[in-house]
Amino acid sequence: MRREPPRNLADYAPLAFPALMLTVFFVVPFSIMIAVSFFRRDPAGFYTPDFVVDNYARFLSVFFGGVLGFSLVLAVLVAACCVAIAFPFTFLLTRCSRRVQTVWLVCLLSVLSLSEVIIGFAWSTLFSRTAGITNLLVAAGLMEAPQALLPGFGAVLTGMVYQALPYTVLVLYPALVRLDPTLLEAARTLGASPTRAFLNVVVPALRNTIVATLIMVFVFALGSYLLPQILGRPQHWTLSVLITDQAIYQSNMPFAAAMAVFLVLITLALVGLMLMVGRKESAA
Amino acid sequence: MSGLSLKDVTKRFGDFKAVDTVNLDVPHGTFVCLLGPSGCGKTTLLRMIAGLEDPSEGAIVLDGSDITPVPTHKRDFGMVFQSLALFPHLTVGQNIAYPLRIRNRPREEQARRVDELLKLIHLSGFAERPVAKLSGGQRQRVAIARALALSPRLFLLDEPLSALDAKLREAMQVELRQLQQRLGVTTIVVTHDQREAMTMADLVVVMGEGRIRQAAPPIEIYRRPADAFVADFIGSTNLLEASADGAGRATVFGRPVAGLSMPSGLARAVLSIRPEDVRLAAAGTGAFDGTVTFVRDLGATIETFVEAGGETIVAVATPRDKPDVGLGQAVGVVLSPDACVLLTR
Repeated sequence: MRREPPRNLADYAPLAFPALMLTVFFVVPFSIMIAVSFFRRDPAGFYTPDFVVDNYARFLSVFFGGVLGFSLVLAVLVAACCVAIAFPFTFLLTRCSRRVQTVWLVCLLSVLSLSEVIIGFAWSTLFSRTAGITNLLVAAGLMEAPQALLPGFGAVLTGMVYQALPYTVLVLYPALVRLDPTLLEAARTLGASPTRAFLNVVVPALRNTIVATLIMVFVFALGSYLLPQILGRPQHWTLSVLITDQAIYQSNMPFAAAMAVFLVLITLALVGLMLMVGRKESAA
Repeated sequence: MSGLSLKDVTKRFGDFKAVDTVNLDVPHGTFVCLLGPSGCGKTTLLRMIAGLEDPSEGAIVLDGSDITPVPTHKRDFGMVFQSLALFPHLTVGQNIAYPLRIRNRPREEQARRVDELLKLIHLSGFAERPVAKLSGGQRQRVAIARALALSPRLFLLDEPLSALDAKLREAMQVELRQLQQRLGVTTIVVTHDQREAMTMADLVVVMGEGRIRQAAPPIEIYRRPADAFVADFIGSTNLLEASADGAGRATVFGRPVAGLSMPSGLARAVLSIRPEDVRLAAAGTGAFDGTVTFVRDLGATIETFVEAGGETIVAVATPRDKPDVGLGQAVGVVLSPDACVLLTR
């Protein structure tokens, strides 16, 4: 279908609604946050309008640098684990019958109805020494005594992967369903074993989808602030945890806002870098 | 024996027999067309030869060894899919080199082979193009080149030309046939287009309801169809109910056809005569009389529709021997005995 370029003001009308929504729910709150990040903290009340850069200056320390680095590494790991698990899973799912697919998708959707709190406490029970999964391993004779698997980095990572996995599958599903199954058959007739065909035909053919999914899960994981607190030690706390802490418990809105702005900027920069690298690769 | 043999090959999907006890011998270097209406099992048969489906029963034997248990990627066949299935993330050259890359052939050999094949399909200089930038006919050729890159033991094509427009399709049929003759590779093409089969094949295999109805050279299929199904499927034909009279002669509409006798022991049959073999003459001089209901003058041929005894008979003539008949006129329909074939239903 050929689209005419818009000619007069009325042709732009369909843009009005999304523009309004973006302004009300994104531009305005984000602008307020940027403004607040330059305000001065008032220990007695909340904050007083001002223009100071103290909030950003305070942030530039080894401690916060470490937290930021940890947050980014954790988000990257969660994204990588989710895609590494969800991509083959979704691929195999799309090869199943309609019925099987529906059952799986309904189960995955029901996981989405669980809140982060419930997921956190469920995993903290599963990883506990008294009632956790290690008791099963002991019963099976694989371990000598039950062990607590939390708090720890592994527990944080598991919880966050669990939380993000349904989203990952749901984002990958449409692309994998539309993938022409004869591509894989063609690769097999040309001499590729099923595994090789999957790795050098299916994966590269869906490269853009995979990159988009990685970015989505990465951003999603950056915002997680409950699971690191429930399943991790203080050194596993992400920047989101500290932002929550400053905003809610320390009543230091300006500092929380500054951290949030900084996190958004870093995220945008990383996503932009990833897209640029991706474009360069596909051009080469 | 050198070549491909199918032995009692059967494929069941639940209770449905998609392919039913197919036996076929294809000598090395033969061009075979599997022909039939949709749902006749021809694609399933091809997929079993390729190893993409496992036969429920029977064996597929190539050059004397049973390849039924060999997985697809170890068969060294080349296959062209109906959707072409070119890899969208690779260039034309990379697509063609794929089977060589999978087998870790040296880079120089890959590059040389890609050049050879691009020359063969008249697309020299296209190696660096992304496949998305090609026209339908060019993609078609690339898919063919990719399937031939390895000098396959069998060259399989599943409705390869169905996505092309009529003119390009006819040109590609000729090209594909010439390519196959030059390379001498045993080739099996699935098609539902009988013109395509007639153009390309050494051996046409007509399938219906999962079974082979007739396997023979194209002209024999056309001239001596095995049954009414084959006669009707290959080209257009007139099918008339025939029965034997007391003297063993074949009769149509109760009148004997001069010089045509029924095969002994057969009381009823179907008489098949090609439209180009039907001659029209003055009323009362043919096998029976009819009325002209429609004349279609297509320039190269003239089709005359004659109604007789509730049936419509089509006669095709060239402009040179155009019958001098008008609409509504009574004519005699001449059935020449050597052009008539009597078939069982």
